[in-house]
This record gives sequence, C-alpha cells and structure tokens, in this order.
Amino acid sequence: MKYISEFRRSELAGGLISHIRHRSKTRARFMEFCGGHTVTIFRYGIRQVLPETIEMVSGPGCPICVTANADLDKAIALAKVPGVIIATFGDMIKVPGSRSSLQKAKAEGAEVRTVYSTMDALKAAEDNPDKPVVFLGIGFETTAPTVAASILQAEEKGIKNYYVLSLHKLCPPVIRTLLDAGEVKLGGLVCPGHVSTIIGSHPWEFIASEYGIPCVVSGFEPLDILQCVDMLVGQVEKGESKVEIAYRRGVRPEGNRQALKLMEQVFEPAPARWRGIGEVAGSGLKLKSKYRRFDAEARFNIEPGPTIEPAGCICGDILRGVKTPSDCPLFAKTCTPESPVGPCMVSTEGSCSAYYSYGEGLGG
Amino acid sequence: MEDKILLAHGSGGKLAHDLVEKSFVKTLANPLLARLDDSAVFDVSGRLAFTTDSYVVSPIFFPGGDIGKLAVCGTVNDLAMSGARPLYLSLAFIIEEGLSLSELEQVVNSVRLAAGEAGVEIVTGDTKVVPRGSADKLFINTAGVGLIPEGVNISGDKAKPGDKVILSGAIGDHGIAVFSRREGLSFATTLESDCAPLGGLVAEMLGVSRNINCLRDPTRGGLASTLNELASQSKVSIRIEEKKIPVREEVLGACEMLGFDPLYVANEGRLVAIVPAGDADKILKAMKKNKYGKDAVIIGEVAARPPGRVVMKTVLGSHRIVDMLVGDLLPRIC
Repeated sequence: MKYISEFRRSELAGGLISHIRHRSKTRARFMEFCGGHTVTIFRYGIRQVLPETIEMVSGPGCPICVTANADLDKAIALAKVPGVIIATFGDMIKVPGSRSSLQKAKAEGAEVRTVYSTMDALKAAEDNPDKPVVFLGIGFETTAPTVAASILQAEEKGIKNYYVLSLHKLCPPVIRTLLDAGEVKLGGLVCPGHVSTIIGSHPWEFIASEYGIPCVVSGFEPLDILQCVDMLVGQVEKGESKVEIAYRRGVRPEGNRQALKLMEQVFEPAPARWRGIGEVAGSGLKLKSKYRRFDAEARFNIEPGPTIEPAGCICGDILRGVKTPSDCPLFAKTCTPESPVGPCMVSTEGSCSAYYSYGEGLGG
Repeated sequence: MEDKILLAHGSGGKLAHDLVEKSFVKTLANPLLARLDDSAVFDVSGRLAFTTDSYVVSPIFFPGGDIGKLAVCGTVNDLAMSGARPLYLSLAFIIEEGLSLSELEQVVNSVRLAAGEAGVEIVTGDTKVVPRGSADKLFINTAGVGLIPEGVNISGDKAKPGDKVILSGAIGDHGIAVFSRREGLSFATTLESDCAPLGGLVAEMLGVSRNINCLRDPTRGGLASTLNELASQSKVSIRIEEKKIPVREEVLGACEMLGFDPLYVANEGRLVAIVPAGDADKILKAMKKNKYGKDAVIIGEVAARPPGRVVMKTVLGSHRIVDMLVGDLLPRIC
C-alpha cells in the first residue's frame, strides 16, 4: 500500500464527497482542532466541496500559535544568555515575541540552531560539552515523548549540559475549556491524528459523553478528512455522539503505551498558558522533580520583562474558533507571511498562513 | 597525508600556477583556455544571451551530482531558457582553505563531464582561496554566453491566454536529494538529483516550433514560484491541474516527513514551457523523445484572469491559489 498517493485519489474522493452531500441534511459546525488538518483542508480546497450544511472552523491545534508571548519571551531571553546554544524546531525561529524573535536574537549573535529531532539537540550538547544546550520543548502530546526520551538518554549518558524549556501542551484539557466557555457551538470534532497516535482515542470520550458532541479521529490526507467528515455527518444524522477512528493505520484506541510511559516517567501535568485562552489547569507538562536538573527554567534565572501583545492582532480569537482570519483588519495588509504580526501567520500550520497561502474562496 | 588546498593555492604564486595547470587546464582541455591569457578571445556573430549564477550548495556532493555538475548545468540551463545554444562558460572557484585536493579534482572532473554533455567549453576561470570559516568548502560562479537562433523570441512576459503549460518531468527530485544528505538531517532515499543540461532538449523543441513563448527552469522556489513569476510578468493567470503534475512517491514521502510541498522544492533539470495551443502537441512529442523530457506533460493552460495568479485544480476538484514561496523551506513540528 502507498501511504500517500492512495489517500489522494480523486475518484475515491469523488465518491466520498457525493456520499456526504447525499446524506447531510442537518446543519452542523465541525471544528478541526489540529493545524495539520487545517492545512490539508485548505490545500485541497475541502471547504469548497462540502455541502452548505457543513461549516468547518479551525481550532487551537497549532503548537506554535498557542505559545503565549510570555513563554516566547522566555525562550528569546534564554537565547541571549552568553554561551547558551538554543536548539529548536524550525518554525519557532520566526515567531515574534513581545520585543524580538529568535531570528533577531540570532542575527544579534545568539546561537540558535534548527534541529529536526530532539536527538539532534542532545547530540549538540554532546558535541559542545562546555556550552549549555537548551531545547525548546514546544508541541503537544506528539512531541513530548521524544523529549522525554532525550532526557532519559542524557541521564544515561551523563550529559550535564542538556536542558529543556518545557512549554508542552496537552490537548484534551484545552478542548474542555473551549467547550465550557461556550463561545463556539460545535456539532462535531475532528480529533487530532498525531496526538491520538500517542494518547489513543479514549481521552476524547468525555467530549462525546459529557458534551454530546460527535468525535472522529482523522489522518492528514484529503481522503482521511473526507472520511472523517462523512463519519461525523453519519453520527449527526443518526443523533449519536461517540468517538470513532477514521485513521486506523495510525491510531489505536489505547494509544502508544511505550510513548505514554516515557512521558509519564519524565513529566507531570502543570498549568499552561495558551494564547487567546489563558491559563488552563493541567494542560501543560513540567519535568518531575527527579529530572529537575534538566529544566532550563530552574538552571537559568531569566527575566524576560513585561509581556506586550501585538496591537490589533486577533490570533487569540482565531485560535478559539470565534473569528476567522478574514475578520482581522491586519490580515493580508500589515500581516503577511513575509512580515507577520501574529504567530498564526508565521507557523505553516497557522490558520492565517493557511488562509493567506491557499487563497481560500477565490475559486476557478 | 591527504593533499589539502592551502591559502597559497590562491596566492597567484607557484602553487596557484600548478593547481591551475594540473587540475584545471589539463582536465578541461580546450585551446581557448590553454592560452591562459587574461581573457578568452573568440568570434561570435548573432544575438547573444549572457548569464551568470553562483553555486553554494551544501553538501557539495549529493546523490546524482555535485557542485561542479550543478555549476555547469545551472548556467547552461539559464542560457537555454532564453532559447540560446550555450557556447562558452567561465568558471570561478572560491575555495575554503583545507578542502581536499581530491574533492576539488572530483568537482573539476564533473565540470568536464557536464560541459562535454552540454557541448560548452570552459574558456576562462579564476581561483581564490579564503581562510577556514570564510566559505563553506567550495563556492563556484559560472557565467555563460550562448547564441540565439533566428526567429526565436522567448521571454517571461509572452504568455497569452489560451497557451498550454508544459512541464518536462517529475518535480522535487533535486531539492529532496540534496536535503537527504544535509548534515543533521540525513535520511535514506534512493532518489537522485535531476541535475542535467537542458540545451539539447530546448534545441529539439525549437526544431519543431519557434513559437515557444516562455521557457523557465523551476530551480529555487520550485514549480510554484516559477509559474508565479511567469503569471506576474505576463499579467495572466496560470491554471494547472494537481493530478497532472508528476511527483515521485519518494519525493511525496520525504515532503510529508519534512513538511514541504513538492511544488516549492527545487529542480535542476526540469523546464516549464508556455506554448501556443496549436503547437503544444508537436512540442510535447519532440520533448518525449529526449531523455530529459521523456515524462513531459501538459499541466495546464494560461487564462486572462485573475492576472498574476496561479490557480490549481486540486485532486478533489476544488480550486486553490498557489502562491510564491515565502522565506526558506522549514520543517514543521508536529
């Protein structure tokens, strides 16, 4: 089986689209939580092919976008500590904090390296034993286990100059917060695929049982999304709410036990700040006391200064699904991918970037 | 111990002289170069195309090529994209102190092979050596001149509504092949760069039609950026169909892993031609006979509106804008 082209076949897509159109009678708003899904939806123009009954809204599932300015400022302040090497995933470099960005800090002499995996960061620490290497731990449950693995390896190898700034975020608690706020009425949730690969589909059960919202875990190819929407429509039309998986090649109900074990060994839940949403209890991960010596915040006394939010930027509202990028007065005017004001325009998985790059709605 | 390039190799003295004589002139043997005068002197008559490009690829050796082959093909292709028959190239090296002599010789040999295939001569050159850290192993600049045949008038501003858009083969091979060997990233792939000289292919296309309006090689920024440049220069809209664009399964896979879109990944041996609809079939047929055009395909056409925009019909039948590449390609994180 080909795992990519097979899931982009237009004749199969055509069949799914007509199936959805045929059986969708009830108006429903579905939120795709994950930024990866947002990108697929825009890249393949999925909103255009769905019937008028279905409205898709984007959620807060882009880890870069939801990182609060106060946390970005911490990362930038760390980069400015003499001798420190910052190792980070690429997209973080361009995100503006209150006063600067990692990119600007780098241009001013900070050592900021793009890595493709946590193990590359660990290797940088091994190769530079006299310099502290700080990995920026940004991401959801998907990336946290690999960061945990890097810490365990650092411990095993006796690497003393490896640190993690843990800004990890957990998805289920923030979804509960969004639903409790009640700003967006949802008829269905497209549950994140990669996150569910790790945590499984069980952690979404409360959404179906307590809030009565249909949930379907989706993959990232256009056929995955269409199948997921079709299954959500099926539940809506039958008046059901349960958790289903439309991504069986990646997700098991119980998740990846090994990865979960690593995560639990190293991290414990903590409050976390989300852009546009605020502090959400139990939605972050901090290092357990046994591993505190790898904690960048404990090791360095950083004073990032007061937090400043970009004026006029409505990233927060967009992340909550309350507004869309086209509602923003800055969108495509002062805020573009070349000179972004807010993080949703910087990250490739941000809603603003997806709206801008794929010119949704222009049509042919 | 392995011979290394020293600062003295770029000093103009004895070592430099030896390097030029033994490593360059002998390998790239041709009478114009062998004179070692300050300039190459030759006769040409007709309309000339003249271009230059610098090559800084990292790593300098990659699957399917190296910086030497790239430096020849890139400049040859820029000439060919004007419809010119490439004739002469200059070759200038900026070498980081410490590069092994054998690596340099391997690069020069690649230059020889690529120039031979492209039918161009390296007629003048230069060598500079900079201290360690001032360059990354090896940078090359080449400039080239070529002769444009009678009746050929190719430019990025000549695409007209109704024209067909032809792509010469699968996209993304070069970018992914180079990325697969980049330090800190290497992943296993059997993929090779598409790096190739396209002068022969263009000559065969012009052999069946001199009405080709635009030619461009989608290098940095990939197919998407090239089509945007052409749409913007010609003030037309370019409509393409996603399912007609050939992309190898290996490239698709790597792009998924790295968070790239193949439309933005660099190519070094592909071209885009915009041609009048009436000539499209015969040009396509001629392309398919050439080894660098055997997978050529019509991927779309030119429309009047919206000007400057590239619009793609997706595999689902919906439409979306294909924009220019912004910044560098960077990997996503989840």
